[in-house]
Parts: sequence; C-alpha cells; structure tokens
Amino acid sequence: MTTVWVPQDSSARAVGADEVAAALAQVEGVTVRRNGTRGMLWREPLVEVETERGRVGYAAVTADGIPDLVGAGMLTGADHETSIGVVDDDPWLTGQDRVSLARIGLAEPTDIGAYEAQGGWAGLRRALELDPAEVVEEVLTSGLRGRGGAGFPTGIKWRTVLEADSDQKFVACNLDEGDSGTFADRVLAEADPFTLVEGMTIAAVTVGATDGYIYCRSEYPDAIARLRDAIAVAAEHGYLGDDVAGSGRAFRLQVRVGAGAYICGEETSMLESLEGRRGEVRAKPPIPALHGLWGSPTVVNNMLSFAAIPMILADGGQAYADRGVGRSRGTQIFQLAGNIARGGVYEAPLGITLRELVEDVGGGTRTGRPVRAVQVGGPLGAYLPADRLDVPMGYEELAEAGGMLGHGGVVVFDDTVDMSRMARFAMEFCSVESCGKCTPCRIGSTRGVETIDKITSTPAGAEGRDQLFVLLEDLCATMTTGSLCAMGGLTPVPVRSALTHFPEDFGGSPR
Amino acid sequence: MPRAGRQQTEELTPQSARAESVREIAARQAGERGPLLEILHAVQAAHGYVADEDVAEIADVLNLSVAEVHGTVSFYHDFRRTPPPEHTVQVCRAEACQAVGAADLYTAAQERFAGRDDVEVREVFCFGNCALGPSASVDGRLRGRVTAEHLAAAESGWSP
Repeated sequence: MTTVWVPQDSSARAVGADEVAAALAQVEGVTVRRNGTRGMLWREPLVEVETERGRVGYAAVTADGIPDLVGAGMLTGADHETSIGVVDDDPWLTGQDRVSLARIGLAEPTDIGAYEAQGGWAGLRRALELDPAEVVEEVLTSGLRGRGGAGFPTGIKWRTVLEADSDQKFVACNLDEGDSGTFADRVLAEADPFTLVEGMTIAAVTVGATDGYIYCRSEYPDAIARLRDAIAVAAEHGYLGDDVAGSGRAFRLQVRVGAGAYICGEETSMLESLEGRRGEVRAKPPIPALHGLWGSPTVVNNMLSFAAIPMILADGGQAYADRGVGRSRGTQIFQLAGNIARGGVYEAPLGITLRELVEDVGGGTRTGRPVRAVQVGGPLGAYLPADRLDVPMGYEELAEAGGMLGHGGVVVFDDTVDMSRMARFAMEFCSVESCGKCTPCRIGSTRGVETIDKITSTPAGAEGRDQLFVLLEDLCATMTTGSLCAMGGLTPVPVRSALTHFPEDFGGSPR
Repeated sequence: MPRAGRQQTEELTPQSARAESVREIAARQAGERGPLLEILHAVQAAHGYVADEDVAEIADVLNLSVAEVHGTVSFYHDFRRTPPPEHTVQVCRAEACQAVGAADLYTAAQERFAGRDDVEVREVFCFGNCALGPSASVDGRLRGRVTAEHLAAAESGWSP
C-alpha cells in the first residue's frame, strides 16, 4: 500500500481537497490519510506521497486530474509538472524558523502518538517539574509578548494571575481572530490542536487555574471540531482532567463558540460573551488578570501566544529570546493574504522586513500587477504604500513607521485598488461591528462613512470640500482619543493612512 | 435578577412542542457557567432560528429577564429571528478578499439572487481563507477563489 496525504485544512477543502481525497481513495493500493496544511496555501490541495526519498508533493491537484497523475507515476514519486519534489526540502519551508508551526501538516491533527513523537508534551513535563514562579520566569525570559496584537508581556500577565489570591482561577484562549488577512489561529488549530492544549495546560498548572475556555469564532467550524476532538483525546490520555499528566493538578478545558461578532476578539468583550452576554467591552481597570471570568483572576491570551509556550518551556526561554529584533523577541507567524502569489502562513523571527515577506516570500501580487498598498495588522492597521515596505516587522519598528504588527497579517493590494473605498470600508466595518457601548465608535464610524461619501462625490475645488476633510480629521481624532477600546480607537489608522499616502484617490484632496 | 414577567394565564396554557423542546435544551445546559450563548446555538441548530417565544422560555429557565436574553440574541449576527431560507450564500467582504474582487462578487451574488425568497445573500467578514480569496460559502460549504460562475454552478445544483 502507498500512503498518500491530503490536507483537511479548510482552505484546502475550499479548493477541492475532499474531492481529491475521495478520488484517491478509489485508486487501488492507496491509503489516504488526512493531515493539516503545511501552510503553503497557494499550492493547495497539496498531495504528498510517501516514498523512499521522503514525502513527495504534488501541488494544486484536482480530482479530475488523479488518473493522469497516477498514470504518470505519482505513486512512486515520479516527476511531473505539478510535483514540487520532497516537501521537506522545499525552499519556502526550509527558509522558515518554525517554532509554533513546527508540527503542522506532518500528521493527522489529533494523532497524539505523533504529537508526542514530534516533541509534544515536553514543555508541559518540564513545567510540572518547576515551581510556578520558575515557569513564569522562563516566560519572562523568552520576552514573549501577546501575539493577539496588543503586545503586552505574557510573563507579567501570568505572574499577576499567579500572585492573585483566589480559590478560583481561569485560563481563556482568544481564538476569535476576526481580522481580515489573519488565519494563523485557524491553520494551527486545525493542523496541530494539541499545541494549544499544551500551552493552555502549562498556563493553568502554573497559575493554579482549574478550568479553561477556548473562545473560537463560529466562522471556523473545522477548527471547533478539531479542538473538541483533541481535548477529548488529551483527556483520554491523562493530559487534561483531574490529574494532569500524573501531577495531581486538575485542568478541565472546553471550547465555546462565538456567534458572529468581530468585537468579541477584544479581550473584555470576549469575557462578556463567554459569560453569556452581549459582547460589550468592559472598562479597564480592573484588569482581567485580577478580575476576569466571573470575577476571578484569569489568564487571557491569544492562541498564538499559548502556542509559543510549549517550546519556551521545552527549550528554555532564552532559546526563544535569542530570535527577534529589538524588544520584539521570538518568532511571529506571518499570514500572507489578499492579492499575493504565494499566500500562506510563514513563521520567521520578528525583524524580517515587510518587503521580504511581500516580494521574496510572497512573490508579489497574484495578478502580476505592481503592489500598490499593503495593510499590516488587520483591518485596524495602516495601509503602507509600495515604497515604504522596508520596515522590520517588530512592535516598535512598525509603530515608528505608522503601522502596527497586530496579529501578523499582511494583506497585499495591486494598483487597481481604490484607497478611498478602502478608507470608507474601514469606517463601514466599524459601524457594522461596533459593540455600541461608546459614542465615538458607534456614531463616529457612521458619520465617517457619510463624510467620505461626501468627499468622493464632491468635485475638487467645490465650495465646502476642504471643510469635509477637516470634519473627517476631527472625527478620526475623536474616535482615537474617545473610544473605550481598540475598535473605535484604531479605525482611524487605516483611514488616515489612506488619506496620507494615497491622497490622489480622494479626488484632489488638499492634503 | 428580575424574573420574566410571564402572565399567570400563559403558564396555564399547554406548552407547544417547540416550547417544550426549547425548555429542555435550556435546562440541559443551565447548570454550566455562562450558558446562554451555548443554549442559543443549540436552539437555533434544533429549530432553525430563535423565535420570540423561545426567548421567553429561555429567560424563564435561566431566571433572566426577557430583555437580557433578547439583548444577547440581537447583538450577535449569527442568531436568526425568522426561519432560514432554503439556501444561504455568504460572501466575504473583508479586506483580503476585497483585494481579489470580493466587492464585485458580492454585487454579482446580490443581483443573481435578487427577488428570490428561497435564497439569502449575506455579507460575512472573514472565513480565514484569506490566502485563497475571494471566499464564499454556499449552504455552509466554504469555497475559495470564487467567481460569479461558481455561484451560478452552485445554484444549478440546487434544483433537480
């Protein structure tokens, strides 16, 4: 029998992986196994055939094309125009520094034996040998900052919860990445859910939390299913439950599903939603580390932050801190999306430049036209023009360039983009998704849409047009300074960057 | 928490099968921490949408006010207040998909299915398929690199 791997990642499925798997299952002598994606999404469905040389890959396979591929010797790893050779040797993969993504796509996602064989649970075992304070010290040493976007040091958060005096503590994972162009959470949760389970379990046994919640957005049904399977398997093998890995410590974990509200990616909105209410933001303080879920001290981290933890414990915080730039330590999973030739997830040390990501790794635009704008850090991130891409990807470095690392999303636009429409969309998105609690965000965004509409429908030089720009800037300033959370506070960022860098799209703007 | 102000006469009338089912779903999860969203998801999965009378039943079981449950239901895009149409087409309108033509695709979908009661076209912000956009889902099945022709093909599969 020949083993053939066909990804069951939802992006791969969206371009026909299930049909390919079904077609291959009909071929005599073939055993089909379903792995997660390797992250080279532009090549999906990427079929891998186990051979003596290693796993040989065939890109963009279609169900209709299977007879031809098999006829051409695919099952022995023969050369073919769609072959990319031995997948492990592919330069797009070998150029990365995969820490959190180290295991994606190698095995069936909930194969716990494979997880252990590839280094899984080593971090948890070490965490259980150390004092909680020593675990926190490792996380502090690593320099890990919240990968959800805010960039707050993870170790300090954990120490706050550890030192809080309470009978009940919680761990909550924010898997509600609703930012356009960010899908690393989804890919990792689908391909290697145990890494998240292990990271959260380490947090729980460290701070003394007995219950944990993964808040996953409803738009990710495959990730929800995979995580629930993984939790059941981990519990069966004693890694979750009343006696975590024989330590005598308890940790119960469950997945909760969101209901289609972007704002619930904001940590305090997420807490409200987990408690079963409208996802309206909470004013801080009190901080969730002291007063989180149901009033108890709670570790709230983004999924990618938790996913970095197993390696930090297994190899030591210093090994993680040795990567990176400036105060941005470790690796980041960059998500290359939009109009890009080679889209996917690419893990590299912080400090890689945006240009390297867009041009070298991503291969420029999918349409082959010139890059005009790149939005970094999600819908609340700035649009940078093509001549400003030489910025290192780090928290401070990007902030200095007027950008934001956010969740590490990189969305590429070619020269056909109309930046006044993108600015309008930023305001429109905010008006649709605002939780409504504060006025600058709720009303300001609606007025922002109206004002941009007036600007683009008023001819250059017409009376009163200049005042519309003044009004728009005034709205942006009010939203920035007056909003309760990042949703209203950062919506002006894409709007202002569009005005600053692409004034010509606003029809002869005075700026 | 103030209890829902249900009339005595209402409590005396026999409950419909739907109300009984909703109460059962709510009661099953009422003991968990913060169960409301889970219950609403379960009710919608079982009955297709969350009706006004369901809101009252859930509020009663959880000992919440009707306003509180209603406020939660109406906050989230996922919860429907009316029966779902036969087919749902969801088109992603977020930035990454816009970079590869999502705006035109959304317009095309709206035009193609205009006036049809059995099809609902909805905007969605991000399926996490941002490397292979534009993305759309037809009756819950996610598709990447979608064209207007793909949507037409999906439609031809609907009718015998």
